[in-house]
Amino acid sequence: MAIYSTNEFKSGLKVMLDGDPCAIMENEFVKPGKGQAFNRVRLRNLKTGRVWERTFRSGESLEGADVVDVEMEFLYGDGEFWHFMHPETFEQFAADANVIGDAAQWLKGQEKCTVTLWNNAPLLVSAPNHVVLEVVETDPGIRGDTATGGTKPAKLETGAVVRVPLFIEIGEKLKVDTRTSEYLSRVRD
Amino acid sequence: MSADWRPRASLATLRARARMLAGIRAFFAARGVLEVETPQLSAAATSDPALHSLATRWPGPDGPPRYLHTSPEFPMKRLLAAGSGDIWQLARVFRDGERGRQHHPEFTLLEWYRVGWDHRRLLDEVAELVGALLDGQPLAAPEKLAYRDAFLRHAGVDPFAGDAEPLRRAVAAHGIDAGPPPAAADLDYWRDLLLTHAVEPHLGRGRLTFLYDYPASQAALARVRPGDPPLAERFELYWQGVELANGFRELTDAAEQRRRCEQANAARRRHGLAEMPLDTRFLAALEAGLPESAGVALGVDRLLMLALGLESIDAVLAFPVERA
Repeated sequence: MAIYSTNEFKSGLKVMLDGDPCAIMENEFVKPGKGQAFNRVRLRNLKTGRVWERTFRSGESLEGADVVDVEMEFLYGDGEFWHFMHPETFEQFAADANVIGDAAQWLKGQEKCTVTLWNNAPLLVSAPNHVVLEVVETDPGIRGDTATGGTKPAKLETGAVVRVPLFIEIGEKLKVDTRTSEYLSRVRD
Repeated sequence: MSADWRPRASLATLRARARMLAGIRAFFAARGVLEVETPQLSAAATSDPALHSLATRWPGPDGPPRYLHTSPEFPMKRLLAAGSGDIWQLARVFRDGERGRQHHPEFTLLEWYRVGWDHRRLLDEVAELVGALLDGQPLAAPEKLAYRDAFLRHAGVDPFAGDAEPLRRAVAAHGIDAGPPPAAADLDYWRDLLLTHAVEPHLGRGRLTFLYDYPASQAALARVRPGDPPLAERFELYWQGVELANGFRELTDAAEQRRRCEQANAARRRHGLAEMPLDTRFLAALEAGLPESAGVALGVDRLLMLALGLESIDAVLAFPVERA
């Protein structure tokens, strides 16, 4: 893997630090009038999601991390692993609960997800930004109430719970933003 | 079609740059200081391990290395030794490895020398010049802060405590994560970490701040005043947390100067950097006799950037290096 010096650090570069793959978010060069120059670097640990600032001596270097984002199709979950397939090689990858994280609650099958691979093993899974799912549980709808702005919880077929308008009924299909867990609209077949 | 043929700085900024350069010329003309020009290319280069010279070759691609100057200090001191009297220069200087929001590998350095002055008197003149160039900025009277007091006030530690442990603890207390320290971490490593992360952001807020009386180990080409601890007769100017100028009461002792250049080259070897050829003509000038003097170098691009309230040095350059 390539070695990157501080002067090659830039937003988006993936590097290994303390044994974990990290993404560089910002890199600021600082130097006293005379003396040691430093790079103040904001990083995201791609395993834990932690974001923090680390200072390097200018000229220090880090090994690149073999991290790539691949669009894959979600096949099925077996209770322990979530299985994905590469669209071109048809190679299958299994993500455990740690890796799948919150994305699991939006997936029922056939969604195109972004799977982040580290050394060819799943590290992170991002659900599609928008999914369409059926309501399986909610209080009876208040017909015609499209004006009051009130909301109620609704359970979707994958188990996710979102706030929805009062007029939503069991059996309806909803478009939801997975990044914010927000209801967007009803979808008619 | 690529749009990066266009200048990065606005026309208004380029006009402000021209006004600032005219203001500098007027300031020194009124004071009878001689404007000079010295070479950008030299067979010698600074041996300071924290400065990286760019190089080309002359004559032709097979000739010996010629280094682009990182400051015009050595030839200007040769002029002083030859009896020039007070001199100033606007120099385009070059530093490799320095790129960031406040750093550009090629920049405009204003450097001047006053014969018979000490660094304290020169510090006051720096404040006068910058005050004149920033006419219209609401600035309180300049602050003069000893390096030690700046650390006590802003980093909560005495930088002259004698060993690294209190400095290391202060680094941790400020939440600075610098990873494992290098094997060669000396006091100055910890001091520089604290200065850049904990002290500098507080300096020059609403006024100019001058730091002075640096550790002797950071004297560079300044005189060291004996004492406990011995202190470098050196100052730095800060405004809005940004370092703008560095001044010295100049070292005139040729033997001591040679020793410092050789020490710097030894440090380069330890850091795995190439040694730089010493400027023997500069050393010869010191042996012939450099008059008592004080000198300072000020970053013009940064001053302009701050004066105009711009976020990056690129915004005051017609064509930053990536589109040069």
